[in-house]
Amino acid sequence: MLDAAALPALPTVFGALITVALWVYALTAGADFGGGVWDLLARGPRKDAQRQVIARAIGPIWEANHVWLILVVVLLFVAFPPAFAAILTALHVPLVAMLMGITLRGAAFVFRSYGPATGPWQRWGTVFAVSSTVTPILLGVVLGAVSSGALQLGPDLTVQTDFVSEWLAPFPWALGVMVLALFAWLAAVYLCVAADDPDLQDDFRRRAVAANLVFGAAAGVAALASIQGAPHRFQVRFGSARAWLMQAVTALVALLAVAALLRRLFRLARALAVVQVTLVVAAWVVAQDGQLLVGQLGLAQAAAPASILAPVAVALALGSLLLVPAFAWLYRLQARH
Amino acid sequence: MPNLLAARTLMALSLGFHIVFAAIGMAMPVLMVLAEARWRRHRDPIDKLLAQRWAKGTAILFAIGAVSGTALSFELGLLWPTFMRHAGPLVGMPFSLEGFAFFLEAIFLGLYLYGRDRLGPRAHLFACAMVAVCGMASGALVIAANAWMNTPQGFDARIGGVLHSIQSPEDWPVGARLAAAEVVEIRPWQAMFNPAFLTQAGHMLVAALAAVALAVAGVHAAMLRRDPENGFHRRALQLTLPLALAGAVAMPVTGDLAAKHLAKHQPLKLAAMEAHFHTERGAGLLVGGLPDAETRATTGALHLPKLLSILAFADPDAEVRGLDAFDRDQWPPLAVTHLAFDLMVGCGMAMLLVTALGWWLARRETLWRRPGLLRVLAWSAPLGFVAIEAGWTVTEVGRQPWIIRGMMRTAEAVTPMPHRGVPLLAFVVLYAVLGAVCAALLRYHVFHSPTTAQLAAGEADHA
Repeated sequence: MLDAAALPALPTVFGALITVALWVYALTAGADFGGGVWDLLARGPRKDAQRQVIARAIGPIWEANHVWLILVVVLLFVAFPPAFAAILTALHVPLVAMLMGITLRGAAFVFRSYGPATGPWQRWGTVFAVSSTVTPILLGVVLGAVSSGALQLGPDLTVQTDFVSEWLAPFPWALGVMVLALFAWLAAVYLCVAADDPDLQDDFRRRAVAANLVFGAAAGVAALASIQGAPHRFQVRFGSARAWLMQAVTALVALLAVAALLRRLFRLARALAVVQVTLVVAAWVVAQDGQLLVGQLGLAQAAAPASILAPVAVALALGSLLLVPAFAWLYRLQARH
Repeated sequence: MPNLLAARTLMALSLGFHIVFAAIGMAMPVLMVLAEARWRRHRDPIDKLLAQRWAKGTAILFAIGAVSGTALSFELGLLWPTFMRHAGPLVGMPFSLEGFAFFLEAIFLGLYLYGRDRLGPRAHLFACAMVAVCGMASGALVIAANAWMNTPQGFDARIGGVLHSIQSPEDWPVGARLAAAEVVEIRPWQAMFNPAFLTQAGHMLVAALAAVALAVAGVHAAMLRRDPENGFHRRALQLTLPLALAGAVAMPVTGDLAAKHLAKHQPLKLAAMEAHFHTERGAGLLVGGLPDAETRATTGALHLPKLLSILAFADPDAEVRGLDAFDRDQWPPLAVTHLAFDLMVGCGMAMLLVTALGWWLARRETLWRRPGLLRVLAWSAPLGFVAIEAGWTVTEVGRQPWIIRGMMRTAEAVTPMPHRGVPLLAFVVLYAVLGAVCAALLRYHVFHSPTTAQLAAGEADHA
């Protein structure tokens, strides 16, 4: 018999599941968004070739990658309904804007892909590229507002909000730029691997390095903004030697990834970029300090009854047995392009 | 516009928009499987071409469905945070499973679309069949959650200090509010397999198949009128019309089961659908007409004696509860519910007629020589989608004023966010643009389908 006390608590399991889903979303769909950024910034003599590589990389898989976000939403309302209600009430405005971005971007991508190859239909490419750039910023704003501790709950766990001040602040927007730069960095590194022409690889290599620099700068700005805008977070992220060590490791991995790019070790650079994103997500989790809404709502306090969490956890485990091989099959097919 | 009305309008708009793409995502893969399977058996290139062309349309529409579905999953919380806060875990099982079904649908569609020349023939057909299976499963699971809102059960709740076990919707104490209750125990399977689930899901899946098959048939019929010898369009009609007919036959059958479910479990909704004001034995059926809640009478309706008793209980003298058996403040909007119901039934009957005739003549290979009938088929293309929209209007408006029947009023659930008219307007514009562009893109592809001359020259593959 399993000792129930030895197993992690169900709310923790679901907190971890949501984090994993967000992490995979960043690594897969995040890069698809980043591809749109480089479509927008396609320049130079190989402009069209750049766009072709991007479209080929996104083509067969973006819808499947995109479902991770739906999984995050579902897990949040199934497992932590008061947090879900609070977030979707207070952050209504950036979330609606993000949804419009997601919708426009997906639609514009198919319109361009399946429309006539020349003429006005190709202008949907601009819509795709612009919405790919705006949407990650809004995602970062939402994540930033959640982790800033600005969402205040009343005694019955109902959110007390003016619908604006929680997200219209420097810290969430600095995090928005961070997310955008991170996605763009990831995409450019993946594209170095996907492109087979050395000149194209150079194009994406330069872009990757620039994106990672922007990411570093945005991370610095976010850290400064968090002194005022997310004090609890600042405390956790910079208040101990262990926190500083984690920052240093992340920075080191980022530098190593850039070095690998400069030496044209693209697969190594990709692996390091994935590690970098993983560390960034881990840092975000650490800053959450085991809570859903920092300083307001803990995992256990917000959790739905165990009688629903346990069966859903089992269903998710069984579902993964189908999901993982199916995804592996799709990615293998895409790699054979 | 009042906040509640703005929220309801946006929800209706988003659902009404998404449901078109959801139905297509469920049913188009079935058509593609039919064409692919025929191509395997007979090696007729036309079948392969059909599957390819249908796949192109499906790819476009599936992407729109994927993003509009994402918008919906957020909107549940953006518009109805109080509902999701209390019901989220209760509908957690179907929504979690739906997540996986949708995942698999998206993955297998990717495999099917991009694997035509890269996968083995059997793996490719398998991927297509999986898209169909997962699409259907995903649809059924979302409907399980919606059915729960109609017949909520499967949990224990403490209400005013007293523990109530809700084994069926009737166990809920009248007048109690879910928002004020504490849910202490959830039985996810009892919640998922609530009384309304099977009839509602069965009716919707059949409706999706019938609507999509007829719509596709209608498009090919329109093209055949321009090019009557075209084997591509003829084959499309031969493949779609049997499915459309089967769906059209199954719609009244599943609809009848749904009506009998309503008579037993949701009598108020049935009374509103039928504009049935007064409880009586041997109740007649009213077709059309305008129900007036003030005078408690319906003007201008066609009255068919005893038919409502027969439909509700399979007994001409059975007693059917009318609206008078319920408090006036529980009535849904009567005119909308009743007329939407009649519109749905009317479309269903027309579909039965058109598909039966079309199927019979296509089987005898004479349909192609009857431009009049082809024109009727073409004009019938939207019938199934009109029926679906009307049917969802019946079940959603017919549940008002409740968001969870008997447990939470829609007004209780709505977001406190002010200025709800602004996002409503934004989404109206967004969906109008997407709908129009999507239609234009499909039109472009339809008008670039292979001509008889191209088919004869074997050029269609490159067209």
